[in-house]
Amino acid sequence: MNRVKAIFSKQNRALLAELVRTDFKLRYQGSFLGYAWSLLRPLMIFVILYVVFVKFLKLGNEIPHYPVYLLLGIVIWNFFTEMTSQSLGSIVGRGDLIRKIRIPRWIIVFSSSISALINLGLNLIVVMVFMAINHVTLYSTILLAPFLLVEVYVFALGVSLFLSALFVKFRDVGYIWEVVLQAGFYLTPILYPLSRISNVTFQKLILLNPMAQAIQSIRYSVVTHTTVTTHTVFDGGWYRFIPYVIVVLVLLGGLFYFKGEANSFAENI
Amino acid sequence: MKDLAIEVSHVGKTFKLPHERQTSIKSALISIARGGNHSYEKQQVLTDVTFEVKKGEFFGIVGRNGSGKSTLLKMLAGIYTPTNGHIKVNGKLTPFIELGVGFNPELTGRENVFLNGALLGFNRKEMAAMYNDIVEFAEIGRFMDQKLKNYSSGMQVRLAFSIAIQANTEILLLDEVLAVGDMAFQKKCFDYFMKLKRERQTVILVTHDMNAVREYCDRAIMINEGVVMSRGSAEQIAQDYQKFFSSREAGVASQDDGDRWGDGRMTAKKTQVTTTEKAITLRTTFAAHETIESPLYGFSIFDGAHINVLESNTKRLKLKTQTVKGGENIVVEWTFDNILRTGTYSVSVACCDQSALQYYDWQNNAAHLEIVRPTQTAGIVDPIVTVTEKKR
Repeated sequence: MNRVKAIFSKQNRALLAELVRTDFKLRYQGSFLGYAWSLLRPLMIFVILYVVFVKFLKLGNEIPHYPVYLLLGIVIWNFFTEMTSQSLGSIVGRGDLIRKIRIPRWIIVFSSSISALINLGLNLIVVMVFMAINHVTLYSTILLAPFLLVEVYVFALGVSLFLSALFVKFRDVGYIWEVVLQAGFYLTPILYPLSRISNVTFQKLILLNPMAQAIQSIRYSVVTHTTVTTHTVFDGGWYRFIPYVIVVLVLLGGLFYFKGEANSFAENI
Repeated sequence: MKDLAIEVSHVGKTFKLPHERQTSIKSALISIARGGNHSYEKQQVLTDVTFEVKKGEFFGIVGRNGSGKSTLLKMLAGIYTPTNGHIKVNGKLTPFIELGVGFNPELTGRENVFLNGALLGFNRKEMAAMYNDIVEFAEIGRFMDQKLKNYSSGMQVRLAFSIAIQANTEILLLDEVLAVGDMAFQKKCFDYFMKLKRERQTVILVTHDMNAVREYCDRAIMINEGVVMSRGSAEQIAQDYQKFFSSREAGVASQDDGDRWGDGRMTAKKTQVTTTEKAITLRTTFAAHETIESPLYGFSIFDGAHINVLESNTKRLKLKTQTVKGGENIVVEWTFDNILRTGTYSVSVACCDQSALQYYDWQNNAAHLEIVRPTQTAGIVDPIVTVTEKKR
């Protein structure tokens, strides 16, 4: 209990707030539109994907409100990408602090995750605007969405902790992670509806990935109940809990690895 | 022990220095395939360091660059973890070892104050309360809304120091901060140290300025090559330090070509320095290798920044020197008032012909001067100043 208290001590909260604020100020410095870019970027990607896949290739015609469905998927995947890639370099990038002052190392990773969360919040507002324009009917299941978002955050946090500590020792991780994210984008049903994959085994395999499971479940709870989720694919079997187990394992693994490495960050950077 | 602020027992620190830094997975895999990590070297930076600091003590850690004192400080601050032994700290300790950590050139002075404050553990409300004091102490009020990158380095240091002294921790770590800023600001810093000393604050000062050690510290240790060489009162350590390092340096003249030149018809053999509080005497023995008619002898004194603080020669002093025959030695002795400021100086000696066109020998670093005195003045020189006052 005392340790939890120590984690959220006054000093740590002050430092976290200040690091996030600095990040916020510096990120879009020197650009005209400034913070609007964090909204414009996913919107522009959305427009490109929408034109190519929905207008040209006629993907997702069978799914109601497909533009919203697509945007929601992009926004969540974007959050995962942004948070993990920013955290990855965060420890090394803040080497000046780590080598010269004693601060809890996790605060650095945590602060980049908060920046990504703020962006996610802004992007979700845009999604809501799209939902209103598209006249999406609200289900009571929307109440599940926050829990699923927490799941995505926890998963991303576990990955971030692991990657940021690993990056201190091996700079290759940066390049590898870029490729992994690219592969992940296509292995996760973001721009194609999962129902397009006729092989049920493949559907099941794809849905074992926590990101695929979370994105599909959020779409189910927010946009349309026709979304294929882990629940429907696994037909209520216990396998449907595998993604959650993965999330917990990744978080614990990330935490332990980070904790073990944190003491030697100052010498290794 | 309740009255101890810091206990350091048998602390050692070893760094693994890879021969070729493995920052890629490929090289890591290769080294694993070769049967383990052979490609690094262990460097023992500190060995079996033991000392304790009492509460309310002004404690000095002295040593040359590369002696391991910064590594020790980083371990005290909790930035490095010791390889062996352990450090016990009773009380809150300053977490930083350098001023202005985390200063961002793209942020304004004001924003940097809040960021730096957060690194020291203060939230915005607390920082806002002490903001005016900080700006006032740093004397840069009208620059606070400018970006830090437009500050001069002196202004940055002043701002950093002003924030750092707000960190009211029980144990203060200070690393070489004595030499910051201009004279007026240094005076402020000295006053601040005196205040700390009066208030019996626990302070650990890492420095190689023996003057500061004498003036502020109660006790000190001297570290060399990772080992505690001696420990004791401030005065004793300051003396040990000077003995230890000047004995190693005096007479060890560098024979590099850049430091010595001349045609060798006459050479400087040995230069001795005698320093008293009032006067400095340089005594150089020159050896003539052939007959030289009335040579010219000279000397220069350079400070740590290689600025020539004093130079003279027999021509300036209008001394008609004797003719020296080959094989003869001649001792030239200079005496002048000791008005040098505390510091380390190097002495160059030379002999040449009367026109100063033909150099027989020029020798840099012929000797070193270590001046230590209680500072009463500010400026380049530090003479003894007396003062009287009378009412009229």
